[in-house]
Amino acid sequence: MITGWHVCGFGVGLMLSINCHADGAAIAKTGAEAAPACQICHGAAGEGSAPAGFPRLAGLGATYLQRQLAAFADGTRVNAVMMPIAKALSVAERVEVSAYYAALPVPVATLKSAPAPMPTPDSVGATLATRGRWADKLPACEQCHGPGGRGVGHDFPALTGQSATYLANQLAAWKTGARPPGPQGLMAAVAKKLSAAELRAVADHYAALPARAAQ
Amino acid sequence: MSAARRQLYLGGALAALVIAVGLYAGGVFDNVGRQASARRAANDLTGDPTRTELAAPAARTGASAAFQPPAESEIPAGEFGDAVRRGREIFVDTPRAAPAYVGNSLRCVSCHLDAGRLADSSPLWAAFVSYPAYRSKTKSITTFQQRLQGCFEYSMNGRAPPLGAPELVALESYAYWLASGATLDPNIAGRGYPRLAPPAQMADFARGETVYADNCVLCHGADGAGQRAPDGYAVFPALWGADSFNWGAGMGRISNAAAFVKANMPLALPGTLTDQQAWDVALYMNSHERPQDPRYTGSVQGTRQDFHATEDSMYGREVAGKVLGASGAPKPFKARSAEPERLITPNGRRLFDKAEDR
Repeated sequence: MITGWHVCGFGVGLMLSINCHADGAAIAKTGAEAAPACQICHGAAGEGSAPAGFPRLAGLGATYLQRQLAAFADGTRVNAVMMPIAKALSVAERVEVSAYYAALPVPVATLKSAPAPMPTPDSVGATLATRGRWADKLPACEQCHGPGGRGVGHDFPALTGQSATYLANQLAAWKTGARPPGPQGLMAAVAKKLSAAELRAVADHYAALPARAAQ
Repeated sequence: MSAARRQLYLGGALAALVIAVGLYAGGVFDNVGRQASARRAANDLTGDPTRTELAAPAARTGASAAFQPPAESEIPAGEFGDAVRRGREIFVDTPRAAPAYVGNSLRCVSCHLDAGRLADSSPLWAAFVSYPAYRSKTKSITTFQQRLQGCFEYSMNGRAPPLGAPELVALESYAYWLASGATLDPNIAGRGYPRLAPPAQMADFARGETVYADNCVLCHGADGAGQRAPDGYAVFPALWGADSFNWGAGMGRISNAAAFVKANMPLALPGTLTDQQAWDVALYMNSHERPQDPRYTGSVQGTRQDFHATEDSMYGREVAGKVLGASGAPKPFKARSAEPERLITPNGRRLFDKAEDR
């Protein structure tokens, strides 16, 4: 015979199991305890917010996203908004929410990879993005982030679909050390070779690339 | 560079030269000499092997002192400029731009960084002013186009385009244009990869594995297969396995791979590995299986004797219980089905015929 206590116990058990099994989609859409819903700032489709400089998360590598949340949580990636949010998430929750955003569709992936056309001589951003400055040991961005900056694997996130504000902020943060230098210290090494004008030009270049393939 | 540091470098170079001369007189390099002559009988990627062997190990060619090719924006208009642009396109996107001759996903630019422009990265302009030359690999005078054929056959694990094929003409045009104003000199500074002194400790697989895990895995993967963009475009080249260069390629020589790695890897951080780390990781990379040497004689040991009889090659040697190169006869080459996509120049001219028209 099912009593009220049974129902109550079942309900408590259900709540516990939900709490223990982190649900990436739920965290993204409704938040988790002290952490507000990701989508408030990062958009319902994980597309980010250009005016505020909040990044696109959809389709970025899961390990990359996890690493960022860990860095916010331990304070090595300095950001007043994200640090308390990441701290409020358990490790399991960070894993789940990273997997959720990594699995969201990447509209730009349908563009076909091809060598970038020759940048005009005065286009600083396109030149650094597609040609680099090898005399200064500075490879082109797309050498690692792939043709068109659309990302490669788990560790080289897409640059397209990000706002110029966000990209410029990140490059500046690598220069000052407000963001961890990334795997093998690569991004700090690269960013330190860019002047303020150059990093802005690179950010503008990728922000201007089509975020979606022509329909 | 500060004056004090310059003096330090000069002093170091002089000391190294004095020590090298002393050691040579003392016969310490005898073994190296034997290896070098064996190498002459085997592979030759950078062209004239005597050039690199004559260079004192400490005497690195500084990239700053090297010849500078013209800027890409200076490629001229007209038919010749079209061929130069087409050559560059083949160079940076080889599997798609020359599908009839490429058997893997490598690109020329995988080993010749910055579209063949970068000194100490086996730049195309330095190769152009170095041929024709006698090559021990072919035991004949090799022209520049013939040298390019070798890249297709070995490094691209493909098939040599016939002499005069549009692909070779375009690549030759690009190389000639890059060399505009360069001295006709096979010893031009910046050619090849700056050779390393023999390692202090014999190159070691286990140490190389650690170097690889710490510095290479991020891009090339634990399985050495490289990484691709979501649409399949190979962004990071395969270092071994079926999709990499075959056993006949110059990069299969440990000394050559070590020199490349030291001067060029990891991207953005070249020169950060020690010489010993470069030797160790080069041996590690070349201790994995890869496509058969096209010169295969019917047996691994016969092929080793004829083309790899040197400490510098792992071909035919046993690693982890398996003999490298024991994969049987070379697989027949199959041209990629994809056709070059841009046969029409920006000016609307039809530059090359489609493969089936040839």
